[in-house]
Amino acid sequence: MNIVLLAGSIVGSKTRTALEYAERSAINNYSDHQIQLIDLAEHDLQFSDGRNYLDYEGDTGYVTKAVMDADIVIIGTPIFQASIPGTLKNLLDLLPQDGFRDKTVSMLATAGSSKHFMIPEQHLKPILGYMKAQIVQTYVYIEERNFANKEIIDDDVRFRINRLVEDTVTHAKAYKQFQKEKEASYGF
Amino acid sequence: MEQYRIDQRKGLEFGLYTLGDHLPEPHTGERISAQQRLNEIIEAAKLAEQAGLDIFTVGESHQEFFTTQAHSVVLSAIAQATEKIKIASSSTIISTLDPVRVYEDFATIDLISDGRAEIIAGRASRLGNFELLGYDLHDYEALYEEKFDLLRQINDNEIINWEGQFRKPLRNAEVLPRPKSGALPIWRAVGGPPASAEKAGRAGVPMFLATLGGPVSSFKHSIDVYRQAAFDNGHNPDALPVATAGFFYTAETTQQAQREVYPNINEGMMRTNGRGFPKSHFAQGAHPRDVMNVGSPNEIIEKILYQHEEFGHQRYIGQMDFGGVTFDQLKRNIDIIGREILPAVRKHTQK
Repeated sequence: MNIVLLAGSIVGSKTRTALEYAERSAINNYSDHQIQLIDLAEHDLQFSDGRNYLDYEGDTGYVTKAVMDADIVIIGTPIFQASIPGTLKNLLDLLPQDGFRDKTVSMLATAGSSKHFMIPEQHLKPILGYMKAQIVQTYVYIEERNFANKEIIDDDVRFRINRLVEDTVTHAKAYKQFQKEKEASYGF
Repeated sequence: MEQYRIDQRKGLEFGLYTLGDHLPEPHTGERISAQQRLNEIIEAAKLAEQAGLDIFTVGESHQEFFTTQAHSVVLSAIAQATEKIKIASSSTIISTLDPVRVYEDFATIDLISDGRAEIIAGRASRLGNFELLGYDLHDYEALYEEKFDLLRQINDNEIINWEGQFRKPLRNAEVLPRPKSGALPIWRAVGGPPASAEKAGRAGVPMFLATLGGPVSSFKHSIDVYRQAAFDNGHNPDALPVATAGFFYTAETTQQAQREVYPNINEGMMRTNGRGFPKSHFAQGAHPRDVMNVGSPNEIIEKILYQHEEFGHQRYIGQMDFGGVTFDQLKRNIDIIGREILPAVRKHTQK
């Protein structure tokens, strides 16, 4: 399967740090899969103007196509103004409205404090659901104090990220199997 | 209905449409040449005429995997190759063309074909035409509304005075040649949410409704909205024809039809839209109350009659060549339409 880890912000380092750890976890355990980390900070994305994602050129076209080609998307997001960053929302806007159909999507959030714990649940999940994602229900929420010098310093967080990656891949495999059986039943 | 050349006593009109897509055959991965594709489209129109179909239409898309960008030229060739079948665009993207030039082309096709040409004007679901033909996507809606209105004015007036935003004014302009009967049937292509159908109704123009898949009831809603909007704005809905367009494919059994054409539609859409057609939706399309006319001849007859009962429409056109369907398959389909489907549909919808 094709796994994309998506860092949804162009500001700060915590989300990227956590996703890099998730990437290593994926490489260690699922080396037979295609694994790619995309950091929006490294790409210059234009605002969505409503066209088909295939019609975007350059970085915008590259990132949208990479996400659309993925079977699994692990989204990493900081919390800005009590919500997801505009850069992440813009990427979601760039995709088709059912852009996550048949994809398994999970979430990892970083934040300055524990006060925003429900933001992924209330702001990101409804969007993923609307876009027809198979959502991994539990997410990893990481606070400022769990990082130092662009490293995760808390074993508990490492354990939770490892489990998120494992849950995500297991969920995707189960979904693929379910889809295969359903499609076989049509007889065409 | 006469001004739109529709005689309801003859029953529901039945036709075929092509978007002129140029895609690989999914089983072999091979793609015929653009030249062969164009010739096969013209050949299919001839076969459709021989099988007794009422209309054959060709659309334009200006991007990779399409080949009838110059759709009016293709229609002109079909006009010459056929004698009685109606011919139209499906659709002409009026937003990025000059309505004067479009009218000249289609009036000419009308004369060559002895009064068989119609225009179905849309605003594009694939947007390659905007950049290629030099228009700004930001003007998507304004371009369509202005140019569609100009097209209708040219149709209604031999001498025209007009001023707008997107082209130089016309002063006592005479757009020639005129069509055989003085005017062309001009339809508004409608897809998506009912708001678009409502606009067509408000303007009092015939509506061509795209119905790729989904319950008949949801498309009936768009048609109801269209007729109500027409009535509310002083037009007589009974004088305005409605046509539907959607996927068509027939084989001995429904499952065989699905098996034969699903890969074409799925992979074709993957290439042209970046998303396939979910197999579960396609499977659901076989339901008697779904608009998708893919199935055995008998099931298709039942579906079309049910749709006719619900929609009260005057014309149906099917798309059955999408995604590299081979010419042999097309021939077989046209043959079954002519022998089995058309006689039954006509028998039950004639007045």
